[in-house]
Amino acid sequence: MTRFGTLFYKELLRFIKVSIQTVAAPVLTTLLYLVIFGHALEGRVQVYEGVPYTVFLVPGLVMMSVLQNAFANSSSSLIQSKITGNIVFVLLAPISYAEFFAAYVAASMVRGLVVGLGVLLATLWFVHLPVHAPLWALAFALLGAALLGTLGLVGAVVSEKIDQVAAFQNFVIVPLTFLSGVFYSIHTLPGFWQRLSHANPFFYMVDGFRYGFFGASDFPPFASLAIVSASLLAVSSATLLLLRSGYKLRH
Amino acid sequence: MRALAGVSLEVDEGEFFGLLGPNGAGKTTLINVIAGLVRADAGSTRVMGADVRTEYRRARRMLGVVPQELVFDPFFTVRETLRLQSGYYGLRGNDAWIDEVMHHLDLTAKADANMRSLSGGMKRRVLVAQALVHKPPVIVLDEPTAGVDVELRQGLWQFVRRMNREGHSIVLTTHYLEEAEMHCSRIAMLKQGRIVALDTTRNLLGSFSGLELRLHLDRDALPPGVPGQVLHAESGEFRVRLADYRQLEEALARLREAGVAIREMEVHPPDLEEVFLRLTGSGA
Repeated sequence: MTRFGTLFYKELLRFIKVSIQTVAAPVLTTLLYLVIFGHALEGRVQVYEGVPYTVFLVPGLVMMSVLQNAFANSSSSLIQSKITGNIVFVLLAPISYAEFFAAYVAASMVRGLVVGLGVLLATLWFVHLPVHAPLWALAFALLGAALLGTLGLVGAVVSEKIDQVAAFQNFVIVPLTFLSGVFYSIHTLPGFWQRLSHANPFFYMVDGFRYGFFGASDFPPFASLAIVSASLLAVSSATLLLLRSGYKLRH
Repeated sequence: MRALAGVSLEVDEGEFFGLLGPNGAGKTTLINVIAGLVRADAGSTRVMGADVRTEYRRARRMLGVVPQELVFDPFFTVRETLRLQSGYYGLRGNDAWIDEVMHHLDLTAKADANMRSLSGGMKRRVLVAQALVHKPPVIVLDEPTAGVDVELRQGLWQFVRRMNREGHSIVLTTHYLEEAEMHCSRIAMLKQGRIVALDTTRNLLGSFSGLELRLHLDRDALPPGVPGQVLHAESGEFRVRLADYRQLEEALARLREAGVAIREMEVHPPDLEEVFLRLTGSGA
């Protein structure tokens, strides 16, 4: 427990020490999305009956922050440690691959949730957000953060340079989050794009999270929960196998 | 590519063991295998009886490694670094020992300084401290004095020797052969991933008995009949390998007979560097 606890604590300390960059900056960026898109599209787009566009936008943006920051935390921490070589301190210690996995993913979840909560609290100043089923929202936030924290870990394990991780983030994670229905309901999309959106696991996270606020969603929340849970199970099992093999960590 | 082949050696408890060899001989690879940083394709490695793969927790707790690279985590202070490292080994409330280690390595004044702000020598001391937080019975020092000033070197050796006297086994790799000669009781020499010599330091030096005679004469050629093997001859300066002191007497007698004037003369007993150069056949 001490070993996991220490690595978890070290990962928390790492992002807290640079929280301007790791928390404040992403909160500000997300708020800019809200202000700009909200201003441009308010009154033109209505997704759910009686829900103004700006209000509709908030849960999606919160979830997008959770996901992107959970990914950013584990991926940037591990790739930096690999490149500077200080990962050796963890690798020399009697820390199991499961403890290693749990510590990195848990710290990423905290970072994602802290940024998400920051966005949520900041938006309370200018929108009135209903809360239909908070536990649903929390469940999707936790699962989504865990999934992205895990993907960040995989990205950093297989990468050798920072730009490889950045490519994974910019060409996979960012498009998948933007195309997950953060800014729109997928019901407004043409048939092909709607079907494609259903293949995007991020869609279920955003949609399920939004259900917790409005009690309405594009896809049944139980089904979304099952899909997200299954994705997490599959990705984390694969990641544990990867870590156990020592791939690119223990040569 | 094969980095190590057929390396089989055992370091006894409490021993001060040297691992020598030219660059690329496989010293660091061997250490990385012992530390579990690299997995060997074949063979087995044990630390105090614990297999480094199947009993990795016990093996790693027994081992403290000072890596060769000057690595550090720029997010933390010296004290934070040492506390975190203790936690990685499952230790809580290790502050008394951390303070003691910092004291012996002259780090106390820098305890709350960020790692980034430390000089190279200071960072090296922190690496040593990190390897010792869990009081490992086996301490591996991979080129611990590379690029380190004389003052730290002295302090470091004092501390390491103390740990050795208290029963810790020490495994040292170094390029500084005089360090190995001074501290190690037994030495393995590696070349291209193989052990080319494994013996006590005394036996290694003894097996290469002989003297090196360095002369500066008043002429450019040695008179005939001087025994031994001429290693070097250039404008009146000569280096001659002799088997023993009898050959030395003989050499001096031949010079006297030939009426050669000796301007300068030195006699060197064998040192590890020669053993090393002859066994590895390359520069250190």
